[in-house]
Amino acid sequence: MSSATALTWFARHEIRLAWREWLAMMTGRRGRKRAAVIGLIVFAAIMHLPAYAVIGRFADLQAPLDKSSLIVITATILLAWALMLSQAIESVTRVFYARADLDLIMSSPVRLTNVFSVRIAAIALTVMAMALLLSTPFVDVLVIGGGIRWFAAYGVVIAIGLSAAATAIAFTIVLFHLIGPSRTRLVAQILAAIIGAGFVIALQIAAILSYGTLSRFAVLTSDAAAAYAPDIESIVWWPARAALGDGQALLCLLAGSLLLLGAVMAIFSPRFAGTVVKTSANAAPVHRASRIKSFRSGSRQQALRSKEFVLLRRDPWLISQSLMQLLYLVPPALLLWRSFANSSAAIILITPVIVMAAGQLAGGLAWLTISGEDAADLVTTAPLPPSRVTRAKIEVVLIVIGVIFAPLIGALAFTSPPQAVVTAIGVVVAAATATAIQLWFRVQTRRSQFRRRQTSSRLATFAEAFSSIGWAATAALALSMPLPALVTGLVTAAIVAATWKISPRRE
Amino acid sequence: MKPDQSALQVRRLTKRFDRLAVDALDLTVRTGEFYALLGPNGAGKATTLRMVAGLLRPDAGSVSVLGIDALSDPVAAKQITAWVSDEPMIYDKLTPLEYLEFVAGLWGIDPAVSEPSAHDLLVSLGLEPHLHERCEGFSKGMRQKVALAGALVHDPRLIILDEPLTGLDALSARHVKGLLQDRVRAGCTVIMTTHILEVAERMADRIGVIAAGRLVAEGTLTELRQQNGHNDTSLEDMFIALVDSEAAAA
Repeated sequence: MSSATALTWFARHEIRLAWREWLAMMTGRRGRKRAAVIGLIVFAAIMHLPAYAVIGRFADLQAPLDKSSLIVITATILLAWALMLSQAIESVTRVFYARADLDLIMSSPVRLTNVFSVRIAAIALTVMAMALLLSTPFVDVLVIGGGIRWFAAYGVVIAIGLSAAATAIAFTIVLFHLIGPSRTRLVAQILAAIIGAGFVIALQIAAILSYGTLSRFAVLTSDAAAAYAPDIESIVWWPARAALGDGQALLCLLAGSLLLLGAVMAIFSPRFAGTVVKTSANAAPVHRASRIKSFRSGSRQQALRSKEFVLLRRDPWLISQSLMQLLYLVPPALLLWRSFANSSAAIILITPVIVMAAGQLAGGLAWLTISGEDAADLVTTAPLPPSRVTRAKIEVVLIVIGVIFAPLIGALAFTSPPQAVVTAIGVVVAAATATAIQLWFRVQTRRSQFRRRQTSSRLATFAEAFSSIGWAATAALALSMPLPALVTGLVTAAIVAATWKISPRRE
Repeated sequence: MKPDQSALQVRRLTKRFDRLAVDALDLTVRTGEFYALLGPNGAGKATTLRMVAGLLRPDAGSVSVLGIDALSDPVAAKQITAWVSDEPMIYDKLTPLEYLEFVAGLWGIDPAVSEPSAHDLLVSLGLEPHLHERCEGFSKGMRQKVALAGALVHDPRLIILDEPLTGLDALSARHVKGLLQDRVRAGCTVIMTTHILEVAERMADRIGVIAAGRLVAEGTLTELRQQNGHNDTSLEDMFIALVDSEAAAA
């Protein structure tokens, strides 16, 4: 086989692996291709509605734009780039640490530089394909509303996808050489988890500090931002102009991204093999207990609870996965803090944010404690009834939720006691619902499968998300419009009841 | 407990998945006995033992552990039973000592008893240098030893092991075998599945051969040889002959 044929064959192999990984993520282990494609088409069709709501009014935008519009479009592109970067970092760490075929590739008589060039290109292609998929409803809305010139936005998506993948690869390999394999995995995964959220949250924090509102657009459209922004002719606005159909800007953007990816492939492909070897050689760092403690006495449930707390505390990767949800609490906490000074009406906005975060966090924690049991046989063969095991695990979820949210609700009680009561009830109900859904749909697996918890049951994932949103809306409305709150509360309760009815564990 | 009581008594135990995995199985293991359960892949050994350990609910039949009905009173039966599977299931983020502390807590053992016992067990299995290291970097053999120590820390009277020597090096395997024989000498009952026939031959008081979910032969090595009609036959030859004849009959 010639070297070109071998590379084509390897590229096909990579694309097939990426496709199957994606399919497994979409459908769980069953791999129902037709259902996944139909589901995806339906999802994409439905996504056109929120896309229209978010972006529809911008379809008529014409060049030349004023500075505020350029800032908003550029910030949106930057946010999309940050999200793609986070996805790409995840993909790169997975290639380094989780691909089972590395031994085979490394021991085969192929030129590793070429093979890893293909692998880098495959990462870029995967990231780009995912970005195109997610951006399609938004670009469609712009094309339908504003004409074919908006097709150029697809070019921008491709360009930022390629550049995000290139940056992620360079960043991960450099990080690897600076801090070593074990820390790189952790740092990269934590960064991947918080990069996208961090951008939105930073904007919200700036908005709160400047204008006392949670809206990030307040910052982007402000006079201060316009004053600090570069001149309209600046290269900084090329991505925005390219999205609006400026052919020259689009070509430069695409060429720049391809050059960046090419440079990364040329520089880092020869080092990829060495990096992989070091990773496998240093796969597991040795963690020693800092002090020797005596065995503690206590009930069997206490043993279960303390085990769960230790496991949660000692897994920074799992913490980072939950951290993203907690990060969303930073802006409301800041808003709360500011409202002590100027009694802003915007404080009402923090109730739904807190309730939703509680629901989402409880769902993740409940999955970890209930489904993600690494020693399932041990716990099952232990001499205590299953109901007591489940109760101990639910207690862990509720204790963690209590510890995280009690300070926020306590602070809220000083500003607005009725709002604190409504928020507390919302937190308890949202956390209890998310935990119950995890119980009804539990599938025993290892904690390391946390990233794929959504794929074990799509129904549970959607039910958990809808119930969190529903309880958040109910809590927000209860503070201002009690009757609509009753309606949303009943609708959410009906969703939960329907979920229970069709769950496999309702018996 | 009555004198001369069986450690395990299984009657007409049945389990069906997509096919019949265990077919009305009768099995009796005496107290203080080392019993090896042999059989080809998919014969129903692990399914039988998982039902005994309370990990699977049988479709029919009864399981009695030292006189306790394990199906109607599973908590009491589990209190005196330990289970070790071929795939060691331990917590990566705990140290061996912390894992044993957790197991002792689950079984409600007084820390004054469990702590020295845990330490001694881990030391006897050669894990002393790793007592305070998290298990995430352990080899499969080390993980298997931690799981085994966890099974023994609550001082069970019936130990059920599914392929416990898989992945162990020769020295570790010898440690484990020695530990199990010590337990049997102390009056404990051990039931073990294994594909290493030499282990069964050298360690077991009695051997049961299971095929297609049924017990097709049982006895001491001598009894099995007599049943087979050749006094000088190796266990391996007898096992292959039994399994082949069962396959032909099916």
